[in-house]
Amino acid sequence: MAIIEEPLAIGAGDDVPETVERPLGDLTRPQISHTWKDWLTTVDHKKIGIMYGAAALFFFAIGGAEALLIRLQLATPNGTLLSPDVYNQVFTMHGVTMIFLVAMPMAAAFANYLLPLQIGARDVAFPRLNALSFWVFLFGGLFLNSAWLFGGGADGGWFNYAPNSTVTFSPSNGIDFYALGLQITGIASLVSAINLITTVLNMRPKGMSMFRMPIFTWMNLVVQFLLLFAVPVISVALFLLTFDRVFDANFFNTEAGADPLLWQHLFWIFGHPEVYILILPSFGIVSEVIPVFSRKPIFGYSFMVFSGVAIGFMGWGVWAHHMFVSGIGPISVAAFSLSTMFIAVPTGVKILNWLATIWGGRLRFTTAMLFAVGVVSMFTIGGLSGVTHSIAPADTQQTDTYYIVAHFHYVIFGGTLLGFFAGFYFWWPKMFGYMLNERVGKWNFWLQIVGFNLTFGPMHILGLQGMSRRIDTYDKGFGFELWNLVATVGAFIIALGIGIFFVNIAISRRQWKAAGKPNPGPDPWDARSLEWMTASPTPEHNFDDEIVVEGLDEFWHRKYGYDEDHNVVRIASAEEVAQDGSNTNVHLPSPSYFPIVLALGFPIIAYGIIYSLWLCIPGVALLVYGMVGWIFENPDDPNAGHDHHDDDHDGDAPDALEAGDEPAELVAAGTTVETEA
Amino acid sequence: MANATVAVDAHDDHGHHETNTGISNNKLAMWLFLASDCLLFGALISTFLLYRTNISDNTPFTSPSDVFDIPFTSLSSFVLLMSSLTMVLALSAVNRDDQRAGRIWLLTTALLGMVFIGGQVYEFTVFNAEGLGYTTNTWTSAFFTLTGFHGVHVSVGILLLLGTVFGTRNSGLGKEKSETVELVGLYWHFVDIVWVIIFTVIYLIPIG
Repeated sequence: MAIIEEPLAIGAGDDVPETVERPLGDLTRPQISHTWKDWLTTVDHKKIGIMYGAAALFFFAIGGAEALLIRLQLATPNGTLLSPDVYNQVFTMHGVTMIFLVAMPMAAAFANYLLPLQIGARDVAFPRLNALSFWVFLFGGLFLNSAWLFGGGADGGWFNYAPNSTVTFSPSNGIDFYALGLQITGIASLVSAINLITTVLNMRPKGMSMFRMPIFTWMNLVVQFLLLFAVPVISVALFLLTFDRVFDANFFNTEAGADPLLWQHLFWIFGHPEVYILILPSFGIVSEVIPVFSRKPIFGYSFMVFSGVAIGFMGWGVWAHHMFVSGIGPISVAAFSLSTMFIAVPTGVKILNWLATIWGGRLRFTTAMLFAVGVVSMFTIGGLSGVTHSIAPADTQQTDTYYIVAHFHYVIFGGTLLGFFAGFYFWWPKMFGYMLNERVGKWNFWLQIVGFNLTFGPMHILGLQGMSRRIDTYDKGFGFELWNLVATVGAFIIALGIGIFFVNIAISRRQWKAAGKPNPGPDPWDARSLEWMTASPTPEHNFDDEIVVEGLDEFWHRKYGYDEDHNVVRIASAEEVAQDGSNTNVHLPSPSYFPIVLALGFPIIAYGIIYSLWLCIPGVALLVYGMVGWIFENPDDPNAGHDHHDDDHDGDAPDALEAGDEPAELVAAGTTVETEA
Repeated sequence: MANATVAVDAHDDHGHHETNTGISNNKLAMWLFLASDCLLFGALISTFLLYRTNISDNTPFTSPSDVFDIPFTSLSSFVLLMSSLTMVLALSAVNRDDQRAGRIWLLTTALLGMVFIGGQVYEFTVFNAEGLGYTTNTWTSAFFTLTGFHGVHVSVGILLLLGTVFGTRNSGLGKEKSETVELVGLYWHFVDIVWVIIFTVIYLIPIG
């Protein structure tokens, strides 16, 4: 992949001819036009981040609707809203959608938008690959959900255990859509992981050493490494499943002597790191929000970093606790039981550090802070019920009951999703230039947290009473009626709360327009990290000048100093410190058509694998066309001078700048080459 | 509290590549991709190990050694390993700015890769004729999938090599392209190393 980022055919700067050819016809690299077209061709990490977020919210609405269907079906005994078959599809697609198409891309949205900003870079290392990740993810997600139009979704649970997911037991095409759709989104995650790791490791400006990076950046770095190593494993599992289903291979064919545990091992070797892939971005967000609204630096920065890294490592050694009842033997059970107990330690360190950060702080309970405190408390409940699973005898009782459902919703909804909402309220002014309404925001928070606890709290009880998960209905008289009804009411309260979030966006935007579009300023929250050191919304070029970093919480230390009594005193206003975004001479990488063209090839190939291999031909052709065009397209738009964003070459080719150009800035602020005109 | 001294990482001694690690973005990305690919082959090899004793299901064979032609596969493995040598020679030539030699060695590498792929196609054909189809049993599924994935990797490598040779016809394959060649080389060597493991696991370790 790195190969295709480097333009092979075009020499290094100085031998580019002055007259620009258009070998690619209409797909010649476009210029930024400030129309809707920009969104299709953009390579700007901020726009890509926003598109990730919008797409994730779209899938969130789909997954939420599926959740409400499940709760309606279970509200009363012997529900008849959904047939057992449709019920299987609905809860499967709910899980798959929420994990792969909501939680992961939403984390990618924040990571894309914030990582370069937090380290003070101009963009990610490979802007076009970044666009490619997004489009591949979007098309993969749409492909996965298109199963509803082609005979129904996957029906084997989000982990689709083979052999239950082979053709014999699931003859519809739902699981083919699942396997190929996740394969495609996996490509997106992998490309994005390579890109973001390279960005964080390579593109920090002067002074931004690894241990001056904000916790959010650190946690996302860990997540990208987890993705880097976890995605290929599920890719293999999905390939094997696809080969079994489409080409009659025997990996999961138990009649031919296949091992029914193969899928479980492959899936959970991916699946448990996946749990940390889901939660660590939210931990990062909370670690940014709490210090700002406690007016204290994060307690134990290095402990926070190292516990995150420790979680990243230990996350690889606990997967079989998902398989305690699969018959893996007492030694395996004991070993994984212990490792699961151990992994609670670094997580506990984090919770302690958040509490210690809040402790003695000057607290401001903004909506973002409320959501962050919500994460700390709700995740702790989910974490504690998680520790109860590590005790294998208890887990044997709890497996496949609603107790498990309660647990993972407390960590994924109570941890991940509430964290994202904290992020929305916190970074909204930075992303869009207006504040979300705090009063409405508090309604949003309280409805969501009350509804959440009403929905998933009772599931602990239901599970311990023995109610099985994935069963489409239940009879009267088991004592399930009351709590199921409560859970259904709670689910609709959640829906109301989330509806209010969307209403809040509309209201806040209208109020902001009515008030004459006041700018919230670069730093509405009196925050600490570099993304607040530039104008709101973030200008296209991020920063006017390279920031030379001298410490952790650089921005805060530029605003505050100490008097002789060691009291913190304000020494500068945010406006004085922050850059105003007025530098118009920054050279940005040009947009490109090829990421979206290339990405479009994947779903076509996937349809081809399911329906007719002939269809793969145009898919592959599109893929090849996209790659070739990608390699041979001008590194820049034809009219914008001849220096290209590929930082390898600019240093050698100062004469490629047009006369009269201001110093050309490269993608990374850290790699600026100053050239006198 | 701001630290008085500015810790500067690898910034001061930057030469051509001005990155924090001193490794260019492209090269770091390639290393990361290869790291990820290790897990892909790790999972495939694990799957094969699970089924490596199952060759007798549905076939007249009792052991893989009944079907393997070890001298033949050793020869094609040798060809593949030699292609790593020619890859190194290609990089060395490009570093010396010897474009002609660079192209010749790159083409030689691609050619040796094609010989290996040809051997694999031949072997697959023979197996198929002997009744070991992709769907015959768990062993054949695992065998063809693992070696097939490796074959696809080699084929992609051949395309990269040919792309490097023919994609630089206008711009030349001078010293400034040495990193491109080095990246292709990293990938190529990785694929070779993986074959060493696969060859050992599948062909050389007897079923005891």
